[in-house]
Amino acid sequence: MDDQKKLAIIATKGTLDWAYPPFILASTAAALGYETQIFFTFYGLQLLRKDLSGLKVSPLGNPGMPMKMPFGPKWFKNINWNIPNAVQSIVPFYEDVATSLMKMTIANNGVATIPDLRDLCHEAEVKFIACQMTVELFAFEHSDFIDGVEYGGAATFFEFAGESDICLFI
Amino acid sequence: MEFDKELDARGLNCPLPILRAKKTLNELASGQVLKITSTDPGSVKDFAAFAKQTGNELLSSTEAGNEYTFYMKKK
Repeated sequence: MDDQKKLAIIATKGTLDWAYPPFILASTAAALGYETQIFFTFYGLQLLRKDLSGLKVSPLGNPGMPMKMPFGPKWFKNINWNIPNAVQSIVPFYEDVATSLMKMTIANNGVATIPDLRDLCHEAEVKFIACQMTVELFAFEHSDFIDGVEYGGAATFFEFAGESDICLFI
Repeated sequence: MEFDKELDARGLNCPLPILRAKKTLNELASGQVLKITSTDPGSVKDFAAFAKQTGNELLSSTEAGNEYTFYMKKK
C-alpha cells in the first residue's frame, strides 16, 4: 500500500523510563496503520538486548522526576522525597532501589512492561534496525540482541526516514 | 446496544487499551461490533482518534462512574 503513512524513530536512550516513548509510539502507530521503523543507536541499543532486566532509572541529577513511594497509605504515597544529589550519589545501590520502586509504580498503574511493549511492536511488524557502528563501538555481539533485528548505518536509516511522514529523535 | 465481541481493558493504561482493541478487531468481520470497557480516562480521546484514523466507526462512547464504554464497528 503506497499511501500507507510512515513513522521513523531514532531511539538513543538506554534507561527504563526512556525506553517507553519509542515502544509506546511505535506500537500505537502500527495499530493506527503506520509502517514503522525504529533505529536504535548509542544507548538505545540496550532496548534490543535479549535480557532487558538491566534497564534502570536514575533519579540522580533528574530534578523533573517525582520521588514518590508506590506503597503505604495515601498521605505517605503523596510525599515527594526530595533527596539531594550529594546524598543520592553516595548511597550504594541507589539506582537499583529507585528502579524497583519505579517498576512497582508501573505495575500499580496498569502500565505495560518494556518487554511486553517490545513484543507488541514485534507482533505488529515494527521494524527494528540496530546501528552497526555503535554495536561495534560498545563491543556488543549480534547474539546479545533479540532475533529479527536488522543491522545498518545512517544511510539505511535515511532510506526509510526520507519517505516518512513523521520522524522522531528520542 | 448489541455487540459481537467484548474486550475488558479495565485496569490497563495507555497504549494497551488501543493495542488490545486493534488486536481484537482483527478477529472480527467487517460490520461486526466490538464493545470495549476501560478505566483509563485518556482512552476517551484515544478511541475517538483511533476511529478517525483507522476508519472503524465509534458508535458510542459513554462514561459511568469511573468506567468508559465504547462500541466500535469494524470497517
